[in-house]
Amino acid sequence: MIAATLRRQASRRVLPGFGLSLGVTLTFVSLILLLPLTSLVGQLSQLSLSQYWFLISDPRILASYRVTLLAAAVAALFNAAFGLLMAWVLVRYEFPGKRLVDALMDLPFALPTAVAGVTLATLYSSQGWVGRWLETLGLPIAYTWVGIALAMAFTSIPFVVRTVQPILEDLPSEVDEAAVTLGARDGHAFRRVILPHLWPALVTGTGLAFVRSLGEFGAVIFIAGGKPFETEITSLMIFVKLQEYDYAGAAAVASIVLATSLALLLLINLWQGRFIRRLHGGGA
Amino acid sequence: MSIRISQIDKTYGHKGSGRTRALAPIDLDIRDGELIGLLGPSGSGKTTLLRIVAGLEQADGGTIHFGEREVTQVHVRERRIGFVFQHYALFRHMSVFENVAFGLRALPRRQRPSNGEIRTRVMQLLEMVRLAAFAERYPAQLSGGQQQRVALARALALKPDVLLLDEPFGALDAKVRQELRRWLRHLHEELGFTSLFVTHDQEEALELSDRVVVMSNGRVEQIATPDTLYREPANRFVFEFLGDVNRLEGDVAEGRLTCGNASVSVPGVEPGRRELLLRPHEVHLAERSIPAAHLPVTVASIVPVGAEVRLELEADWLEEPWLASVSHAEFERLGIARGRRLFALPSRLHGFDAAGAQNVALPVG
Repeated sequence: MIAATLRRQASRRVLPGFGLSLGVTLTFVSLILLLPLTSLVGQLSQLSLSQYWFLISDPRILASYRVTLLAAAVAALFNAAFGLLMAWVLVRYEFPGKRLVDALMDLPFALPTAVAGVTLATLYSSQGWVGRWLETLGLPIAYTWVGIALAMAFTSIPFVVRTVQPILEDLPSEVDEAAVTLGARDGHAFRRVILPHLWPALVTGTGLAFVRSLGEFGAVIFIAGGKPFETEITSLMIFVKLQEYDYAGAAAVASIVLATSLALLLLINLWQGRFIRRLHGGGA
Repeated sequence: MSIRISQIDKTYGHKGSGRTRALAPIDLDIRDGELIGLLGPSGSGKTTLLRIVAGLEQADGGTIHFGEREVTQVHVRERRIGFVFQHYALFRHMSVFENVAFGLRALPRRQRPSNGEIRTRVMQLLEMVRLAAFAERYPAQLSGGQQQRVALARALALKPDVLLLDEPFGALDAKVRQELRRWLRHLHEELGFTSLFVTHDQEEALELSDRVVVMSNGRVEQIATPDTLYREPANRFVFEFLGDVNRLEGDVAEGRLTCGNASVSVPGVEPGRRELLLRPHEVHLAERSIPAAHLPVTVASIVPVGAEVRLELEADWLEEPWLASVSHAEFERLGIARGRRLFALPSRLHGFDAAGAQNVALPVG
């Protein structure tokens, strides 16, 4: 009797509410994440394998993959460079208006993507303030993949800034100072000391920005123009199929986007885990 | 390499808004091969001075020479210093070996040793800090003391002229600190580099340094060997900072200080209201008073610490209790117990005023 009571007490967790909080969490995960995914799979199950293959390998869809991947990759690389720079400036220097700039970093998250899309489209169209000038220089932005990449970069830059920033803040300035007292030139110190510290965060942030760009819709469609085989992105194709009441076709294409994104996220997580283990002393 | 610091001063903050003077113009001469401790409470400017010597911060005025070379305007990377940080500042993503090799690998290609030479040199350094077996480990896998030894090996890799250490043992526990201190002293004697270290721990400064620079409020209070510092403090700040202090305040007339029913003869002290100070080990105890000193006290608490017994003494002529340390033999001879009434016999009294220090020796023993 006493032994049973003791065992009951010993197995009880110190933090209360485990059962309830986990239950609620799982319920919401199911409702919000898993249920829509299930219906997607449900739509897919109406297709045979050959039908599925036919749908996802349609030349127009294939072209959209290419455009999306290319633009997202360019946007992600651009963000990796500029996001790192912005995070660096925001962490390492003091200047008037720093808090304002810091707050501005989140604007792409807060702004409805369609608003961003319309704004970018008007700015960079051949009649827009900026587009007009670039057009005369022979650099059309709107209705080309460059415009798509630009819109993608706009919506996904906070991912890089906000993942790199805290890591950079954690990096004591003593570490830079140590490198300099050992005679390292600035470039050497950055490459060998600072960048390796930021590397996991930078890759994660860039990866997230890339994944986000793959699925971007609102910000992109206005500036993309939607010329078949040239500036049609995959999410636009899904939208088009939905408008044609081709739910199975839309689901098939969506499954490709979903699978790519999930695979990428998984890869990022695995890689990051390995890197961080090393930093915290789990062997090389 | 000797270090000559002349008229270095530094003020933080902008004009108008609260400027704080971190360093009043400071002069300091460090001889070749000396180990100097900068000792002071936090905010005394000791770390600022060290960082200025390193070149990590710029002074507002004054000059610094390493030997004959003026380095005031020389960039930190050209100064040929080794710097050890309080929190080690190791490169976490590099193995111990790569950490130590960093400075050698950062050399311009023409001066850079070959990989084989780097290997030999780094392993030599790791032998020296007794960490050769840990070469392939990462800093996170080492204890604090080991990490600080890696930091030291890293700082010595380029054979610096000057080794600077900022609270090098501050983040370590007492036992490791003690061990590392002895080891650094040993290393210093072996390699003969000139070094300057910052500490707020008086015991550390006194044990490790050839000479100690006591600082407060951005000024140098005294520069002296540990022995002189302890026996002949230049002023009240130094005296109080270097250990526990007992106070005796009273009126002096005709060479005798009186305070309530207590009195003690203080030959040579000017008449008037005076405050005299003494250390716990300068308080002796006896069962009866002598003509030179009549200071009745009551034992309030007894704490045996190692080789001595620390006592707290109370009396109605004292504002705050005195501390006294007596040997175990003395303790047993007098049969000291809580509440026992005894007489204090000071062997030395120290007086400080604007004119300087005055030490009064009394004939007890």
